[in-house]
Amino acid sequence: MSRISETFASLRDKGEKALVLFLTAGDPDLAVTEDLVVALAEEGADIIELGFPFSDPMADGPTIQAASERALKRGTTLADVLGLVGRIRQRTAVPIVLMGYYNPLFRYGLQRFAQDARSAGVDGLLVVDLPPEEAADLHFWLKREQVDLVTLLAPTTPPQRMAELAAKGEGFLYFVSMTGVTGSREIDTGAIEKQVRELRRLSPVPVAVGFGIVTTEDVAAVAGFADGVVVGSALVKIIASHGSSPHLTREVRRFVHGLKEGTRLPEGLRSQ
Amino acid sequence: MFDLKNLPDEQGHFGEYGGRYVAETLMPALIELEAAYRQARSDPSFQREFDYYLTDYVGRPSPLYFARRLSEYCGGAQIYLKREDLNHTGAHKVNNTIGQALLARKMGKPRLIAETGAGQHGVATATVAALFGLKCEIFMGAEDIRRQALNVFRMKLLGAKVHEVQCGTRTLKDAMNEALRFWVTEVRDTFYVIGTVAGPHPYPMMVRDFQAVIGNEARRQILAAAGRLPDLAVACIGGGSNAMGMFYPFLTDEQVGLVGVEAGGLGLASQQHAASICLGQVGVLHGNKTYLLQDGAGQIQNAHSVSAGLDYPGVGPEHAYLHDVRRVAYVAVTDEEALLAFRLLTELEGIIPALESAHAIAHVVKIAGAMPADAIILVCLSGRGDKDMDTVRAWIEQTEADPVQKPANSPGKNDR
Repeated sequence: MSRISETFASLRDKGEKALVLFLTAGDPDLAVTEDLVVALAEEGADIIELGFPFSDPMADGPTIQAASERALKRGTTLADVLGLVGRIRQRTAVPIVLMGYYNPLFRYGLQRFAQDARSAGVDGLLVVDLPPEEAADLHFWLKREQVDLVTLLAPTTPPQRMAELAAKGEGFLYFVSMTGVTGSREIDTGAIEKQVRELRRLSPVPVAVGFGIVTTEDVAAVAGFADGVVVGSALVKIIASHGSSPHLTREVRRFVHGLKEGTRLPEGLRSQ
Repeated sequence: MFDLKNLPDEQGHFGEYGGRYVAETLMPALIELEAAYRQARSDPSFQREFDYYLTDYVGRPSPLYFARRLSEYCGGAQIYLKREDLNHTGAHKVNNTIGQALLARKMGKPRLIAETGAGQHGVATATVAALFGLKCEIFMGAEDIRRQALNVFRMKLLGAKVHEVQCGTRTLKDAMNEALRFWVTEVRDTFYVIGTVAGPHPYPMMVRDFQAVIGNEARRQILAAAGRLPDLAVACIGGGSNAMGMFYPFLTDEQVGLVGVEAGGLGLASQQHAASICLGQVGVLHGNKTYLLQDGAGQIQNAHSVSAGLDYPGVGPEHAYLHDVRRVAYVAVTDEEALLAFRLLTELEGIIPALESAHAIAHVVKIAGAMPADAIILVCLSGRGDKDMDTVRAWIEQTEADPVQKPANSPGKNDR
C-alpha cells in the first residue's frame, strides 16, 4: 500500500479527514521550505503538496503567482525541488505530492523525472495543465515507478466525464471547488456538497477538495462531506508576510494546528 | 504531401505538437467549442453568414497588388502583395474575429474576451463585439498599453473594457495568462476569442480555417494575374495566423515554396528576439505543445521584437510541424531590417505596412534580387502601419538614417 493510501486508511480509523497543505518550494528559500514541511507534518498536516515554480502559472491567483516568482528569483528548479524532497524524507514520512505545470517536467524528461521522483521519496504528482487526454506518456513512466498521478476534477466536469476520470483515480482525486484560479474567492460548500458526495460514490480512491478554503470553519464544513481538505493560498500568504521573520515557523505552526482541528469530526459524524 | 491538409487529428495534434494542455475546468468548454465548430464548419448557412460579413463588412476579397517599383528596385522576382492591410480595422485579424464571434453568438455566449499584444486583435475583437451586440473584455500587458495607446483608445471607444495586465513581463504572453485566468473563472458564459493559431485545440485549427480565406483568395488571384502559381509565398510569424492562412491553401502545391519570417529582434545571437522556431525548444505553454523560447529548466523566456504583434515566445503548433517536415522554411529578420523594409515599401509603393508585415517584406528584399525575372513571390501584407508611427518616428530620430538605404544583400544561412 502506498503512503498516500495508508494515510487515508489510518485517518479513517481515527475518524479524521486528511488535511492537505500546499506551499511553493523555494519560497522564501529551499532551506526554509524544508523546515516548514517538517513543522507542518508535526502540527498534523497529513499530506503535503509541494509546488514547483513555473514562469507562467495560468491557473493560479496573485498569491501563488507571487510565491512562484519569489522561488524563481532564487533560481529554484525542478531538480532542486527533487533534492529538497530527498532531504525532507530524512526527517519525516509525510506523503508528498509535487504540484505544478507540465513544461518544467517535460523539459526535465518524463522517464528521468519519474525515476528521480521515486528515489527522492515523492508519492504523487499533480499537473495542473495536463488533462488525462495528454497524460499517457507521463503516466506510463510514473506507473513504473509507483508514483501516483493525481487527477483534477472541476465543477464544470460533466457527469459522464466525471465517472470516467474518477474510475481511473490514483492516490486521491482533487476536486476543484469553484470555477476560478487559486485563492480567488471563498468556497460555497453548499454548492459542491452534492457533487463531492457523488464523486466519492464513483471513485475507488479518496476525494480531496481544494480552492477557497481559508479558515478552520471552512475546513470543518468541507470535512463533513469530503475525505480530504486542501489549504493553499491561505498558508502561502502567511509565508509571504513572515518570509524573513524568525516568527515564520511559529505563525505557520499556529495556523496549521488550528486547521487540523477542523478535520477531527465530532463523534456523531464519523461514519461519513 | 497529401496528409498535410488533413491535420490536426481528433485530439488536435499536428504530429507531436498542438493538443490540449489546460486545467480541467476548461476542458468541457473546449470540447463544447470543438463540437460547435465542427458543426458550423459543415453548416452552409454558417458559411454563408461568414462570407457575407467578410464581403460586406470587412471588404473582401482584399486586392492582390503587383508591387512594380519594389520589384524593379530588388531587380529580380516579381513581387505581389496580398493586401490584408486594406481590411476593415486594418489587418487580417478581423477575418478570425468575425468567425469566432458568429460562433459565440450561435453558442449563446454573451461575452467575448481576448488577449492582445499590439492591440490589433483587441481592436478586431472589440469591433465584432460592437457589431453583434456582445460584451467585450480585452487583456493587454501594461507595457503594451504604453506602447500602443491609440489602439487602447479605439478598443474603449468600441465599448470594450481593457484590463491592464501587471504580472510577469507585462506583454502578450502575460495578457494570455490573464485572459485564461479570467476564462477559467467565467467559463460558463464567456467565449475566449484567441487571436492566433495557438492555444488548446480546436483554436489552432479553427483560426487557421477562418484565416485560410487569405490564401484561397490569393491563389485564385495570382492564377488570374500571372497564369500560374507563385514560386514562393512569404509571411511574417508571431503566433502565425496570417502565415497559416496564407500557406494552408498552398500546402499540397509542391512547386510553391513557403517561407515564414520570424522576428529576429536585435539579432539571433543577442538573446533579444522572438524566433521561437529558429532558436526555441519543444515545450508546452498556453494549452499547446510547440517550439518555445525557454531556459534549460523549462521556464519561459522573454521575447523581444520592435513589433509588439510578434513579441511572443511561442508559435502555433502547425508551424512547428510544418518546420519539422520541412514543408515551410522558417527564417528571421532583425528589427533593423524590418524598419528599413518599412521605409522602403512606404517610399517605393506608397504603402505603409505594419512592422509585423515589414518583416516579411524585409526577407523578400533580401532574396528577390537573386531570383530570375520571371519568378513570382507572393507576400502577405498582413496589416497597415498606422499603429506603429510612434515606434518608427523614435527609430528614425535615433538613427538619422538615409531615406532609402538598401539593406545588405546577404542571405542568412536559413534562407531558401
